[in-house]
Amino acid sequence: MIDFKDLGKKYGATYALRGVTLHVPEGEFFAYLGPNGAGKSTTLRILTGLTRRTSGEAYLNGFHIERDSLQAKRQCGLVPQAINLDQELTVYENLNLHGLLFRIPAAERSRKINELLDYIGLGDRQGSLVSRLSGGMKRRLTIARALVHSPRILFLDEPTVGLDAGIRRRIWALIKKIQNNGTTIFLTTHYIEEAEFLAERVAFLDEGRIIAVDTPQALIARQGTWAIDRVVDDDIKTVYFKTREEATQYSVNQEESFSLRRVNLEDAFLALTGKKVK
Amino acid sequence: MYGWLAVYYRELLILKRRFPKMLASMSVSPLLYLIAFGYAMGKTVMIHGHTYMEFLIPGLVAMSSMTRAFGIGSEINISRFYWHIFEEFQAAPINNISYALGETLAGMTRALFAVILIILLGLLFGVVLRYDSPMFWLAIFLNSFVFSSLAVGLAMIVKSHADQAMLTSFVITPMAFLGGTFFPLSRLPVWAQDILYFVPLSHASKAIRAASFGEPVSLTSYLFLAGIGAAFFFMAVCFVNRARD
Repeated sequence: MIDFKDLGKKYGATYALRGVTLHVPEGEFFAYLGPNGAGKSTTLRILTGLTRRTSGEAYLNGFHIERDSLQAKRQCGLVPQAINLDQELTVYENLNLHGLLFRIPAAERSRKINELLDYIGLGDRQGSLVSRLSGGMKRRLTIARALVHSPRILFLDEPTVGLDAGIRRRIWALIKKIQNNGTTIFLTTHYIEEAEFLAERVAFLDEGRIIAVDTPQALIARQGTWAIDRVVDDDIKTVYFKTREEATQYSVNQEESFSLRRVNLEDAFLALTGKKVK
Repeated sequence: MYGWLAVYYRELLILKRRFPKMLASMSVSPLLYLIAFGYAMGKTVMIHGHTYMEFLIPGLVAMSSMTRAFGIGSEINISRFYWHIFEEFQAAPINNISYALGETLAGMTRALFAVILIILLGLLFGVVLRYDSPMFWLAIFLNSFVFSSLAVGLAMIVKSHADQAMLTSFVITPMAFLGGTFFPLSRLPVWAQDILYFVPLSHASKAIRAASFGEPVSLTSYLFLAGIGAAFFFMAVCFVNRARD
């Protein structure tokens, strides 16, 4: 369970986060969606103890992030945006070090590491130096590392950024599998399809403020179900419809080229903010 | 407090992996100093009844333990600014003391290897001093504690790797040459001696040299190093929090 109220962060005169409030119940897959600079990573950095908040309060499974910081940190695992594995250490050593930091007893640590390496398909690479792994393997290893201490909350900061479509889908499957075990997932992303495919609820974040929180389906439904994109004066104009029939009827009268598609979260975000997520 | 072990363990693993390269790089400067200053230039020089080579080796021990212990700051910066590994420690349930202690001990371990190397190089040049004195090792311990703690503290507040390099140029390098390493401070004007009295390396050189010659040591030097080491360590613990922004 993640709770925060009026959480704010200011760097000098610049607000990175302007008093956001949110409740994520235990076991939920929650996505935090917004363009670069919206405050997604700042929220996550505050919750995981990497950055100090300027205002507000935050709790992880009831533990205050600063007053009970050690307990709060034990609740969560973090998969940062930049891969921060120790390149000079082996796959096993990286996971073992994490287990030591979280004070996992040796026998349990070893069992858990072997289990996780099999889980992410790196069972045969435990003696390899991290520097010799591919980008996708490193990303999977970063996720596995965050799971060594069996956290009840997993924070993922843009976990698939820079990965190709095939690897991205494998990572999605892995994250979904983790959530099925009862772990609360808090995902920040600017990939629309990622949030739409994975999350049970989504928050739209823009300029440090949460502007909407709902299920992906409900956010999309606010706009309609079908959309027609038309090229008008070097720009794309989109018209939304409740049903496919309405959209088809509308398209009959169009002289310019157009495309018919389903409404997605990008449309919902655009309607609320006037800007695109990416 | 258990977290320090994990931090220290990580540094030991890195040390183990880099050991052959590190040993080679650790040998270059002392070997050159011994050849150029000790063997070639100082062949006929006697200081306080000792050959210059005998005088130089304890000085190099003090200097190397300082530079190697301070070098942990660069390692922290690389892991902080380049690899972002520091975030792994920040997100872990370990307190600031544990982190500072783990890194300080890592710096001290590096210093210890540098000292052993210089003793071995000294043996190659036929110089055998009193390395069995506990006061010799205590002075090395305190000196490396001072500079490792200082490095950890500074690594938490610098904003870039370049800042760390600048600190080395302006703080460590002058100290290395003026801290009684290559010549006795008594040869400097009194006002300079008064200033250099407050430089930790002056006390370390003096203590290490006296202990390795089997001469009486000054307790003041040990107390000075212990006090300043404790102050730098306290500063390092406080600065770990500042690195969170």
